[in-house]
Amino acid sequence: MLASDILVAQNIGFGIIAATMIVAALRVVTTRNVVHAALWLVVVLAGIAAQYILLAAEFVAVTQVLVYIGAVMVLFLFGTMLTRARIGGEHNVDNRNWYISIPVAVVLLGTMLYALADGFGSEKLPQDTTPMSVQAVSDSIFGPYLLPFWALSFVLLAAVIGAIVLARKD
Amino acid sequence: MLLNQFLFLGAVLFCIGVYGVITRRNAVMVLMSVELILNSVNINLIAFALRNGSADGHVFALYVIAVAAAEVGVGLAMVLLVYRNRRSIALDELAEMKG
Repeated sequence: MLASDILVAQNIGFGIIAATMIVAALRVVTTRNVVHAALWLVVVLAGIAAQYILLAAEFVAVTQVLVYIGAVMVLFLFGTMLTRARIGGEHNVDNRNWYISIPVAVVLLGTMLYALADGFGSEKLPQDTTPMSVQAVSDSIFGPYLLPFWALSFVLLAAVIGAIVLARKD
Repeated sequence: MLLNQFLFLGAVLFCIGVYGVITRRNAVMVLMSVELILNSVNINLIAFALRNGSADGHVFALYVIAVAAAEVGVGLAMVLLVYRNRRSIALDELAEMKG
């Protein structure tokens, strides 16, 4: 296959995945059913993992699937179950004055798109995308970014202890 | 592939997440919108990692994923505590700290 064919295939794949993700994200913020919102969120997260693979980031894509689709989604479903949200859809999942958020989001989007189009124009990503090796990522984590890694370990420990302390009954 | 197509996708997802955070009344759904925002930031980090040819963006994206997982754990524990005390997780009813 020629390089230009691969490029066309990449762009078509990007378009399909991006359209699916945007529709699913809109469903996440508009549906009245908490469980449906969680399941639409799975579609968005899987699409983001696919975009990572398009961007030659395999390790991050696998981590995304493991952590988000595997663990975070189970947490959300447990949270829905334990707070006894009605499965059949509620009528009051939105604030009374929800319409304020439409101009906020639209203005923010317009500003960001204008700034991005102005700043990066039609800059192209490099063509010969060999996937970033896991060795390079781990060399960065355990080399220059070791101190944030330690801090992150303490954050996770504090989160585990904090979640247990908050959620246990006594 | 253009750099901007990924940045635009991230911007659109970010704004949808902001809309959800402001609109939603159910605390679990607000946490889902926060996840959308964090993921849109990760797309930008990975796109710039590919543009610069360095692994730094990957490292930051992994750190963001880890912090987001911790945030969801603590956040859902807090939501559970609120539910246990008030039998409701509607955020606009939590007005005790209003001056």
